[in-house]
Amino acid sequence: MTRPTADVAIVGVGATQYYRRGASWPRTITQLAGEAVLNACADAGLSVKDIDGFAYYSGASAGYGESFDTGLFMETFGIPEVTFTATLTGGGGGSAGSIGLARAAILAGEATYVVTLMALQQAPKARLGSIFATVPPDPMYSFLQPFGLSGPGQFMSVLARRHMHDYGTRREAFAEIVLSQRENAMNRPTALRREPITLDDYFAARMIAEPLCLFDFCLETDGAIAVITTSAERARDLPQPPVSVLGTAHGATRDWGRGFMWMGMPQPTFASSGHASVAKRLYERAGVTPADIDVALLYDHFSSMVLMQLEDYGFCAKGEGGPFVESGAIRYKGGSIPVNTHGGQLSESYIVGMTHLREAVEQLRGTAVNQVSGAELALVTGGPAPLPVSGLILGRDA
Amino acid sequence: MMGAVGLAQALPADQVRIATSPVTEPFWLAAREERLVAAQCGSCGAYRMPPTPFCPECASTSLQWPELSGAATVFSYSVVHGYPGLRDIILVPAVLDLPDAPGARLVSGIVDVAPADIAIGMQAEVFFHPVADGWKIPLFRPAQG
Repeated sequence: MTRPTADVAIVGVGATQYYRRGASWPRTITQLAGEAVLNACADAGLSVKDIDGFAYYSGASAGYGESFDTGLFMETFGIPEVTFTATLTGGGGGSAGSIGLARAAILAGEATYVVTLMALQQAPKARLGSIFATVPPDPMYSFLQPFGLSGPGQFMSVLARRHMHDYGTRREAFAEIVLSQRENAMNRPTALRREPITLDDYFAARMIAEPLCLFDFCLETDGAIAVITTSAERARDLPQPPVSVLGTAHGATRDWGRGFMWMGMPQPTFASSGHASVAKRLYERAGVTPADIDVALLYDHFSSMVLMQLEDYGFCAKGEGGPFVESGAIRYKGGSIPVNTHGGQLSESYIVGMTHLREAVEQLRGTAVNQVSGAELALVTGGPAPLPVSGLILGRDA
Repeated sequence: MMGAVGLAQALPADQVRIATSPVTEPFWLAAREERLVAAQCGSCGAYRMPPTPFCPECASTSLQWPELSGAATVFSYSVVHGYPGLRDIILVPAVLDLPDAPGARLVSGIVDVAPADIAIGMQAEVFFHPVADGWKIPLFRPAQG
């Protein structure tokens, strides 16, 4: 395959500190979001008044709790003119794909410096983990809600069980994902969970939605992360080494659709991450294969979905995710494809996919805490979630 | 609350509220009469659940609601420990294949059985459980015999 020349690049990344769920209060969501934007601008060597585009996902909010909006950013930052402001549909599945939205705006000449942003603040009434038990009755939710599917992890446990049934996947495989990511978090000042976990700890943990236990669920946290995308040409004049956008894709096939909010997926898509079609398109666009990827930042709201993404992104064959991870393949130390070197949402912080983008940028600048030696290509994913799911391949500046 | 300690239970009636739309209401009206039905295209005969306005095969808006036998096969399930406000409850939400509505799956719950006795492929049969506002929901128990 031939590698296309990148036309846009990520030039800035900024974040707040990460907080345990609800602990960011009394800072407001706009304060959190704004701090991340200002930090991203400082990193990129830009004034916030240079920003003219916003490319969001998940409805410019976590989709459930407090939201933020471009108009308020303009007002509080004094941005003179915004020429592009748009959101990918769906929820967290669009995190990686929102960089594709930014790219579309830049290539169309609609904007110059585009911010992609997520800020999450989970006040007591906006707890994502039990969101489906607290949203008002709705005609479609009424086919799900009455039966105990109170949050995303409860839904995804049903897919995990089918994967175990069809392929013989063991809980040890989910444990290996949890343990390896925790090991990656242990030396990170930003990680909210740094204490070691053993296999015994894993099997002693409280079951939440069998086959998934407490450690298979991501953390419940607050915080904000912003990144800035611009043209490859402009990126050359900015202080940071540009991180090239080599390919983006979002969407899903009809077999996946609303995914676990539908539960009608035929096999083998039912016990999958829903990413197979996006992965194929993404690799074609970037002109690379799974073997070329140096580090994979896979959306890890639930450990089982990391396993299924490894299959859908072709790091192993369908159904072989269990033995693959149990072989040590995803370890930062000694693995063939280091996964979630930042500890991910399971151990560092859950900012709806944005920590994966931040880590990819750091890996490709060569500044990551757990730096993959010579990393040239990073895969970032958003979702598994109801359509769209998304993927992004980033490259070190050539 | 139903069932003995350790058995899969149903959510308390007052915790379950149903909302309907003109497209979904026939399913719930039938459930109130303790009939399990599924949405079937009136033009091409394809089944779909939950009900949506257009047939995904032929785009017809014609919809019929044949009554099913109430038999189901467990395609997959979870064993959920606790629910907001109900720390000790055990729930078994399940994704069910409906043999007399091929292609359509129903999400429901399995109750009155120890979670360890449930398995993928198990046969189950429907019964109806009252919830808030006079509605009833279909739930399932392991099939007898």
